[in-house]
Amino acid sequence: MFLIPNAVVRFFHRMASPPHFYAFTDKVMPWLIIIFVLLTGFGLYGGLYLAPADYQQGDSYRIIYIHVPSAWMSLFIYMVMAISGAIGLVWRIKLAEIVAISSAPIGASFTFIALFTGSLWGKPMWGTWWVWDARLTSELILLFLYLGVIGLYGAIDDKRVASKAVAILALVGVVNIPIIHYSVEWWNTLHQGPTVTKIDKPSIHVSMLFPLLLMALSFKFYYLIALIQRIRIELLQRERNAQWVKAKVLELR
Amino acid sequence: MKPARKQRLILIALMVIGASIATAFALKSFNENLMYFFSTTDVVEGKAPKSALFRLGGMVIKGSVERPGDGMMVRFKLTDFSKEVTVEYTGILPDLFREGQGIVAHGKLNEQGVFIAEEVLAKHDENYMPPEVKASLKNQTEPVLAK
Repeated sequence: MFLIPNAVVRFFHRMASPPHFYAFTDKVMPWLIIIFVLLTGFGLYGGLYLAPADYQQGDSYRIIYIHVPSAWMSLFIYMVMAISGAIGLVWRIKLAEIVAISSAPIGASFTFIALFTGSLWGKPMWGTWWVWDARLTSELILLFLYLGVIGLYGAIDDKRVASKAVAILALVGVVNIPIIHYSVEWWNTLHQGPTVTKIDKPSIHVSMLFPLLLMALSFKFYYLIALIQRIRIELLQRERNAQWVKAKVLELR
Repeated sequence: MKPARKQRLILIALMVIGASIATAFALKSFNENLMYFFSTTDVVEGKAPKSALFRLGGMVIKGSVERPGDGMMVRFKLTDFSKEVTVEYTGILPDLFREGQGIVAHGKLNEQGVFIAEEVLAKHDENYMPPEVKASLKNQTEPVLAK
C-alpha cells in the first residue's frame, strides 16, 4: 500500500474483522450520539430561530435545513454504497458488503425526505407539488435505485451472492449521481441551480449558511450511527454460528 | 494486487465506464426533450412548437404586468435578456410571482404570437439572503441592472 500511512491500513484491516468491529463500535457509539445531538440542536436552533427570514420567501425557505442536507445525503450515501459494494466485489471483504447493503435503507429514507420536503415547499412557492423536470425526475430514479437494491438483496437467499448482485446494480446506477448533480446546469429545470456548491462564492448569506452546514454535518453523524447499528445487527445474523457471537451471548446471560 | 482481484477491478471499471457512455449517448439524443422549457429567444426564432402545448420560461419584465379588464386575466412580458414574448394568463399566480422574477408558463402560442398560458409556475433563484442585505445590495447594483 503506497501513500497511505501504515497505521491507517492496520486500522482498516482490524475493522474488517467482525469481532473487532463489534467491540470498537460499542465504545464509540455514545460519543457519536453526543456529537449528533449537539450538532442537531445547534443546527436547528440556528436555522429555525437565529437565521433571518429570506427576502423573498420569508420563513418558508427554512425547509432547506432539512431538504438540502437530505438531498446531499441521498447522493453521498449512494456513493458510499457503490464504492463499498465495489470493494466487496474485488477484495471479497465481508464487512464492505454489509456496509453497502446497510446503507441502502438509510439512503432511501433520505431520498424520500428530500423529495417529500421539496414537494411541500414546491406547492406554495412554485405553485405545484411536482414537475417532471430533470432534477426531480433523476432524484426519483435515485429512490427507485435504492428500492431496487433493497428488493434485489431480499430476493436472493444466499446473502453473499445477493451482495454481489446488489453491488453490480449499485455500480451501474452510479451514472445517475452526476446527472442529479448537474441536471440543473445541463438542462432548463424548474428546480433552482446550486447555491452552496458553486465554484464562485455561495449565493446564500453567511447567517443562513452556517446552520445549513451544521445540519449537513449532523445528518452525516446520523448516517454513521444508523449505519453502525445496522451493520452490527447484520453481522450478528450472518455470523450467528461464529465463536465470538456465542461468547457475546454467554456474556449477556 | 493479485491477478484475480486485478481482473475483477478492471471488469468493474469497464462496466461503469460502459454504462456511463451508454447513458451519455442516450441523454445526448434526448437532450431536447429533457429541456423543461423553451426560452423566449426560441419562441421568437420559431424553434418552439406552433400549435402544440409547450413550456416557456423567462423573467417577468419590470413594469410589464397589467390587468386589462376586470377579470383574473393578467398580461405580462417575459424576457431572456435578448428577446421578449407577451404572455396572457387567467388564474391564480403563485406566491413567488413578481416582476423581475423567473417563471415557467405552460400553454401555447396564438396567431398573434401571444403565449396563452394555462399554468404559471414561479422559478425560484438560488439566492438566499435577509431582507436588509437585499435592500443594501439593490442600492449598490441599481445602475448595473438599469442597463
